[in-house]
Amino acid sequence: MTAKELLFWMFALVACGGSIAVVVSQNIVRMAFYLIMALGSVAALFFLLNADFVAATQLLIYVGGTVVLLVFGVMLTASGPYLKIKTSPADGVLGAGVGVLFLAMILATVYRVDWGNTATRAGAGIAAYDASIASNYPPEGNTARPLGWALLGVRPDKDLGSLTGELSTGYLLVFEIASVHLLVVLIGAAYLARAKRRIDADANEKGTG
Amino acid sequence: MPAIFADGSIAKFLDDAWRHLPGWVPNISPAIAAFIHAFLLINFFAVVPLFFIWLERKVSGRIQDRLGPTRVGGKFGWLQGLADGIKLIQKEDLVPAAADSMLFRSAPFLVCVASFAAFMVLPFSDGWVSVESDIGLFIALAILSLEVFGIVLAGYSSGSKWSLYGGMREAAQMVSYEIPLAICAIVPVIAVGSLNLIEISNVQAGWLPNWLLFHDPFTFLAFFVFFTVATAGCKRAPFDLAEAESELVGGFHTEYSGMRWSFFFMAEYASMFLVSGIASILFLGGWHTGIGPVDQVLVDMRASGTGADGFVIASYLANLVGMAIFMVKGSLLVFVQVWVRWTLPRLRIDQVMLTCLKYLVPISCFLFLGASLWPVVLTQTLGRTTVLEMAPPLGELLSKPAAKPGERAPRIQGSRAKAGDASDRQRFAVARALGGDE
Repeated sequence: MTAKELLFWMFALVACGGSIAVVVSQNIVRMAFYLIMALGSVAALFFLLNADFVAATQLLIYVGGTVVLLVFGVMLTASGPYLKIKTSPADGVLGAGVGVLFLAMILATVYRVDWGNTATRAGAGIAAYDASIASNYPPEGNTARPLGWALLGVRPDKDLGSLTGELSTGYLLVFEIASVHLLVVLIGAAYLARAKRRIDADANEKGTG
Repeated sequence: MPAIFADGSIAKFLDDAWRHLPGWVPNISPAIAAFIHAFLLINFFAVVPLFFIWLERKVSGRIQDRLGPTRVGGKFGWLQGLADGIKLIQKEDLVPAAADSMLFRSAPFLVCVASFAAFMVLPFSDGWVSVESDIGLFIALAILSLEVFGIVLAGYSSGSKWSLYGGMREAAQMVSYEIPLAICAIVPVIAVGSLNLIEISNVQAGWLPNWLLFHDPFTFLAFFVFFTVATAGCKRAPFDLAEAESELVGGFHTEYSGMRWSFFFMAEYASMFLVSGIASILFLGGWHTGIGPVDQVLVDMRASGTGADGFVIASYLANLVGMAIFMVKGSLLVFVQVWVRWTLPRLRIDQVMLTCLKYLVPISCFLFLGASLWPVVLTQTLGRTTVLEMAPPLGELLSKPAAKPGERAPRIQGSRAKAGDASDRQRFAVARALGGDE
């Protein structure tokens, strides 16, 4: 077992343990803390798998953004000093059922993939590339550039050196749809936040007038 | 023995050394290299606050017309920080009865880990970085954004009103200030076309106009916005609402004592240096002097060290000089932060939020837009990419062909050449096809 595998197992265990602790714990802020551990460990797993851009995004958006907002929301809305959530047994059963179904779906998907043939399907070029890298140093991540190209609709990693002359499709359409979607959400959020304040102002005017 | 100066990194040196060992010895050189990096960084992380706390005391003393520490460690009191540290270790480690003990105890570590981990991607000189990543800047900003979480947890778990207010202020402040910070960091990235901190610094070699600060009016303004926002991000005065002692006793750290309390300050002073270092890399030329001939000599010295063999202490020396320059620049920016703290009064919390949301965010958005349009407008009107005709384009020093065949290509291409020649050619071909300026 190499040091990398050891680290991978360690972070995988922390991710699983953190997720279970989120479910078991009753204190909301502790839940957020365990969520940080789980999500941070997933980011570490991405780093170990050489997906550095995804890992950094995971840290920035999920750990640094979402969970901080969650804690902020809890602090603003909590009525007592340490807010507790007590789930009823029915909720537990329901949650467990959904969880088991989800697990079954993931397992079915994972076992449907033919993992054995990935090396041959990827082509000899990639195998040779991997071998040349492995003989020197462990491969580095540096996935930001190919990702950026793919989001712009260009796939040099597939198209260069291919003999058919056909161009692969990137993710430009998906990227644009996601961007427009986020823009709509932003404008909607701004509108909702402003509208409420305007109603308050109207009510105040009526009250005084 | 000179081989230690020949290799670009500790990891490579150890890996080469391991090849001389018999085959049955397991290759644990990456682990050893990681350990050495971590050891060096954690010492740096611990010593930097010691120096800056001393600096802060001396500077604040001078600004307030007094002497500051004068007794411990001779005339200048430079051992005062160490004396304080010894005092803090001896203090009792208190946990209030109303506190959520587990979160209360772990919050200072969370803050320290977040601040320390960001040093992994901070280059001190060309190649002198623990983890060289193509998205170093992005990783640094992502890790820095975790620091707030420890502060918020500390405020919440203390079970005290003052701490809760401090934590809430910090959360509100950080969530808003992260936006202009990221946008301003992108402005120089647009000019360079890379998120790799080493590449960003290396294109600024040469005379002063090559610094990204003077690249165009938008980067010039972006530096000041970035530095303001970074100061707020380290919760330094005039933005230190989270620990406003005149209203909140001590804010989020009211209930802390001893070492746990000092961890917050270690992290704060280390982050101050970190954001100052990033600012000096992004805008102030990093480890370059800003004097053309000097930089040329240093760049040539470094290039001599990347050859296959030979005695290359020159490269090591060049990197040492580069590190000294980088540290001076970073420390100067930290000095400015200290100076500002003891000069300006603290803002109110609504003023802090107003400054960010109504002024800094629109300004940084405008700078971002301007920086994107600037090269287009310039090439359309003047037909070149710089305003001054005399000024060389960015990275000119480094784009000169290598003097001798067999020597590695200069650094800016070298970092990409690692991926193998074939894929490198592909990348440049694609970049040309896309109309990029690689």
